[in-house]
Amino acid sequence: MSAPLTDPAALREPLWLRLGGQLRNLAPFVTLIALVVLFSLLSPSFATVGNVSNILQQVSITAIIAVGLTYVILCAEIDLSVASVANAAGILLAFFTLQDASVNIANIPLPGPLAMLLALAGALALGAVTAFGVTWIGIPSFIMTLAMLQIGNGIGALLVRGQIAYNVPDLVVALGSGSIGPVPWIVLVAALVLLVGHLVLTYTRFGRYVYMVGGNREAAEHSGVAVKAVVAGVMMISALCSGIAGMLGVAYFGSAQQNQFDNYLLDAISAVVVGGTSLFGGQGGIGNTIVGVLVLGVLNNGLDHIRMDSFLKILIRGLVLLMALVINVYAQRLRSMRRGVG
Amino acid sequence: MPTDPPLLELRGVSKRFAGVTALDNVDFSLGRGEIHGLVGENGAGKSTLMKIIAGVHSEYEGEMRLDGHPVRLRTPRDARDAGIGMVHQELSIVPALSVAENVMLGRQPLNRLGVISWRRMRDQARAQLRELGIEVDPAAPAGSLPLGLQQMIELARVLLSGARILILDEPTSALSPPEVEKLFALLERLRASGRSVVFISHFLDDVLRISDNVTVFRNGRRVGASPARSISKAWLIERMIGGGHERLEESYTDARTLPPRPSTPAVLEAEGLGVAGLFDGASLRVHAGEVLGIYGFMGSGQLELARALSGKLKLDHGTVRVDGREARLRRGTPGAKRAGIAFVPESRRAMLFAPQPVYRNISISILERINRLLLRPRLEREIAGGHVRRLGVRPARVDLPVGQLSGGNQQKVALARWLTHLPRVLLLSEPTRGMDVGAKDDVVRIVRALRAEGIGIVVVSSEPETVLSLADRILVMRRGVLAREFAGEAVGKDRLLEAA
Repeated sequence: MSAPLTDPAALREPLWLRLGGQLRNLAPFVTLIALVVLFSLLSPSFATVGNVSNILQQVSITAIIAVGLTYVILCAEIDLSVASVANAAGILLAFFTLQDASVNIANIPLPGPLAMLLALAGALALGAVTAFGVTWIGIPSFIMTLAMLQIGNGIGALLVRGQIAYNVPDLVVALGSGSIGPVPWIVLVAALVLLVGHLVLTYTRFGRYVYMVGGNREAAEHSGVAVKAVVAGVMMISALCSGIAGMLGVAYFGSAQQNQFDNYLLDAISAVVVGGTSLFGGQGGIGNTIVGVLVLGVLNNGLDHIRMDSFLKILIRGLVLLMALVINVYAQRLRSMRRGVG
Repeated sequence: MPTDPPLLELRGVSKRFAGVTALDNVDFSLGRGEIHGLVGENGAGKSTLMKIIAGVHSEYEGEMRLDGHPVRLRTPRDARDAGIGMVHQELSIVPALSVAENVMLGRQPLNRLGVISWRRMRDQARAQLRELGIEVDPAAPAGSLPLGLQQMIELARVLLSGARILILDEPTSALSPPEVEKLFALLERLRASGRSVVFISHFLDDVLRISDNVTVFRNGRRVGASPARSISKAWLIERMIGGGHERLEESYTDARTLPPRPSTPAVLEAEGLGVAGLFDGASLRVHAGEVLGIYGFMGSGQLELARALSGKLKLDHGTVRVDGREARLRRGTPGAKRAGIAFVPESRRAMLFAPQPVYRNISISILERINRLLLRPRLEREIAGGHVRRLGVRPARVDLPVGQLSGGNQQKVALARWLTHLPRVLLLSEPTRGMDVGAKDDVVRIVRALRAEGIGIVVVSSEPETVLSLADRILVMRRGVLAREFAGEAVGKDRLLEAA
């Protein structure tokens, strides 16, 4: 093919429009660098190997959940049940593991691998129900996953009945709280999930469909893309990621109990949005999510290092999210302006 | 009363949009108790004139008089206050509200506490509707009524807000024959009570039946005006489309002789297709190497028929066969695609992924043939590049976001999507709408080339020129029914309009 692959016409666009087109990707990255520089200057304990490992460990669970959520948001849907599904998967895992006599729940101890399989299957089953509700019945994902949030919490509550279960299979304990040399296993697992998430999104047919369905659902349908199957697929992927995060989280926290994942819903959504994936679908990716996860992680950790008032911290995180939303919507508007240029 | 000035009079009205003349020195007058029919092709200037009368366009040359006094209506509100009301083709009924609430919208009677008095509202609505000869339960949700009744309720609302002049835009296009009768009875009642109606329609029989006078527009000019009694449908059509002498490029208006029905096997056979409220009992065959045109006025159901064949719109009944095998349209567009049916919708926004590069817009429908699991962007670009060069897409760059191309080039990209692996049946909805002459010719050439490949093509349009320039055989859809077939005979715009 003789036509040039890069487009010289783009060079004729005004600079501010060209940069504007990259606003979605640039802004989070610049923010991340600025935060790192800022905290390094303000606190000598921030930029140390130990603390970097700390931050990575702290963001790993969020990152795993955010991978699934990236697929969902790219498809112009939302999943509010991620934390609740993670919680249910963690509790399921503990439910199928032998607990101490002091834990008074009528659980069913099974071999470790089987328990892990059942916990993942449980998360996938919840994802399948969500997928069915959203595609087959036609319930908007916002409402459907709100119901699933409650259902996940309900299943968890029924299984642990207000108690705390400490035991999970050894493999999960190792992956969730162990290290290989200086590197925590949970960071490696998160990195693997991010990598696989990125590869599937970028190099597979399904990944392309996710972008196309999110970019213009009607056009995808007219092209013969099985839109419902793609939407169902992303809801299942989200549930799978939540399931993995839920199992590792139980080992990371050292126990399984109700509501222990509640903060992760907002964290994961914030990470995806702060990273610059479009709330309107079709734009963004795992790379954005990685940056988003790190921005939130660095901010959280850095504010502690400079001894920020922990109550003010909540407000600051809210403001950062608001700023990301403004950029997100503004980037969308710039994009439609650019489209008019040619 | 020859000295009485007409109720509404426009003199020498011209209107230009960005240098394009939409109305050119037009006169128009409407008397008290007159029903005035307004006809002309799409873009002839009817709706521009009505928008001036309804206060939507306030910048124009010329003069408008109401009751003999010059007026200039700046906003739709001005027009309403002057007693001018418009009922659009798209109704503005609130379906979830009751009939009474719809009729009394904005004028709900209140009780002493300032709260809506439901009983009085219902009673008033019932009385006022009865006065207009409309019998309907005022408590029923408006959305639950048949379309004809909904339209009358909207009409009633406009009348009850004080309109003396009523503008109806295509009021009969979606109505069944008995509903049309009811509407006409209501209009006659209004005429008797001294109110005036402007009746805009493509349905010439309806216009001739109900109107006192008829005005014909073409290319922004008034080209005919006469009492309805003394003219015929042929007279109207002749003036609407002109003699063909005025402009050379309008050669499509000349009669064309269609080829005889082909003897090749049918690739598409549809039996008794129907979607409630849109079309019914539609049966058709498309032969290999044939272009079937389906023509109908806007809202007649032909666009929806194409949509249903593409799997986008669920059929209520009927079967579709491709090469003798039943197409599973229940599975939506993927089912249609598997059966070999491809669709290019009338709206390019509904077809293309504007921010995505051209090559992805072309490859989207063949990804599974390239590789079931993985993407192969280089191959995608190569395939897309071939189409782009063959079809003459400008600029010929496969990495340009498709949203930056012109309309005609976007249409070529949309077509290119189906050219790598040819479908058995290609459905094209309004394939040349809004294109310049050059792009239109390109589309005609592409369609001819595809026909030569032996696939079946269906072209659906509400523009007679589109169907006449592309089709080998023409079906005319009228109010949701395939009413007439033209095959192997001479047919021109006049005969199409007459049949529709």
